[in-house]
Amino acid sequence: MPVPQRMEFFIDLGRCIGCQACVQACTECDTHKGQSMIQLDYLDRANSTQTVPVICMHCDSPTCAEVCPADAIKKTEDGVVQTARKPRCIACNNCVLACPFGVPKMNTPMNLMMKCDMCYDRTSVGLKPMCASVCPSQALFFGTREEIERLRPRSKPVNRFQFGGQIITTKVKMLAPKDTPADAVDITAAMYQPTIGQNILEEMLLEI
Amino acid sequence: MRREVVKAAAWGVVVTLLLASLIVLGSRNLSHFDAALVAYTFAVLFATFGLTYRYAMWLQRPPTALYWKRGWQVFFKRGYRARNIGNWFKHIFNDIVLNRFIWSRDRLRGLTHWLIMWGCILAVAITFPLVFGWLHFESLPERPEWYRVFFFGFPTFSFPSGSIFGFVIFHGLVWASFLVIAGVMLAMRRRMREEGAVALQLFAEDFLPLILLFSVSLTGLMLTASYTWMKGYAYDFLAIVHAITVIFTFLWLPFGKFFHIFQRPAQLGVRFYKDVGQHEEAAICRRCQQPFTSRMHVEDLIRVEAELGYRYEINAPGVEHYQWICPPCRRVLFALAQGKLWQGRRGGVDLGVAPPSPPAYVNPAIGEGPLGQEDKNNFHA
Repeated sequence: MPVPQRMEFFIDLGRCIGCQACVQACTECDTHKGQSMIQLDYLDRANSTQTVPVICMHCDSPTCAEVCPADAIKKTEDGVVQTARKPRCIACNNCVLACPFGVPKMNTPMNLMMKCDMCYDRTSVGLKPMCASVCPSQALFFGTREEIERLRPRSKPVNRFQFGGQIITTKVKMLAPKDTPADAVDITAAMYQPTIGQNILEEMLLEI
Repeated sequence: MRREVVKAAAWGVVVTLLLASLIVLGSRNLSHFDAALVAYTFAVLFATFGLTYRYAMWLQRPPTALYWKRGWQVFFKRGYRARNIGNWFKHIFNDIVLNRFIWSRDRLRGLTHWLIMWGCILAVAITFPLVFGWLHFESLPERPEWYRVFFFGFPTFSFPSGSIFGFVIFHGLVWASFLVIAGVMLAMRRRMREEGAVALQLFAEDFLPLILLFSVSLTGLMLTASYTWMKGYAYDFLAIVHAITVIFTFLWLPFGKFFHIFQRPAQLGVRFYKDVGQHEEAAICRRCQQPFTSRMHVEDLIRVEAELGYRYEINAPGVEHYQWICPPCRRVLFALAQGKLWQGRRGGVDLGVAPPSPPAYVNPAIGEGPLGQEDKNNFHA
């Protein structure tokens, strides 16, 4: 069954408090038992405690699938880019290195690329993905457009990102300020950007 | 017609003709060819065309074409040849004979695949030479109860037809079907019980191959049961049903999951590519200055992405291409770009006090951060 169209995934990286609940919950997912697909990094540990949880953004034109020599990565009709098909994946690492968001992981002993499939076993039957169901700060949020507009009145979902000369559109939306211009968010412009201090408790978590 | 289609069709015709010639040659001008099996022969010839066509089309996709070429180049690379030949035997044994990587996924899955794979290999090793007329048996003139095995028209060993050895040989397909049926049952059990599999499986891709293997094995066993215990009851009907199931399986070979049998050995080339890459110059991330994969891999990906029409080139000095940025830095860039949008509304102090440190996993344990050694290298874990 496809993921219901009205249900969308919204991420607000700045809200992450680094609790690792998503990392642990992700290992419970039936499609990749015991392995977490969340990528949770410290941005710049020398200067900040800020963490960034990255899940698959489910690109409209997935670079990971295009560069796969084994044609092992497929996108379902609901726009979810599935993890590698087990009989086909030859563990070449192309997808791991080509994904513009740095999402896929390589399970070396299994000779298999694994990545977030938006908890397809859950979302395809109308449940929330594991990570979104446990995220205490709702940096990872799965719900309807109406819900997010009500909960985050200062935010607007964006899903066009620029990497050098390439623009990538995604199924998962990032939350940007309401007045963000309609252009694609330039990711590579942040190449030498210093980490930005944020007052999480006062300004963000109390937003709602 | 597109050039790649013509090329793939030409390869299909050449390989099919080659097999047809070998059938004529191996059956000594069809003198040992069993006319009753002619439908099987044509099904195999069609499957050969289809498989070669699909394989040739697959090899012409930009990433596949590049890795096919690179796989051979690194295999014969000076200074690595002896090591590669040794590793070839190791990989064949671990990956193909033992299926170690599948056992790592799950022991029951490993056993399932092992049973199906060895059952099919045994069945193919028996039936194909028989269908092609490459294998036949003759009674010894001096001892009629003894059989001599002829392969490709050449006499080989002989054995008493009523011996235990003879029983084992003549029932080879029965043993093969036992293996396949056991494997199919385990696979079906998993597909009906495991929620992850239930969410992702497709009928044509995942169930049809199992149904076909089961049908072939069961109808084959019914033939044996018919002539052994039921005085040949419904034998002709069963023979036709069995032929239909086998021929449909052959015809399906190029289209569905069975194609992985032919595609999968490409993982050997990938192993050599990664092994040689590890011993050569590493790629250095142009943001955090940490090594990640091999330089060769990054340069190859830049080529493949350009051929596919992606434009990840970057004007920033010293970066050139997004492919020179390691995966952890890509994730960080994503967060920094969002932080920049919110600057002035959610805090906004630049924290660039100390030189920026490379990104690091919050939880670097295997299975929670990286999933294995390669992730550790690529993600600096």
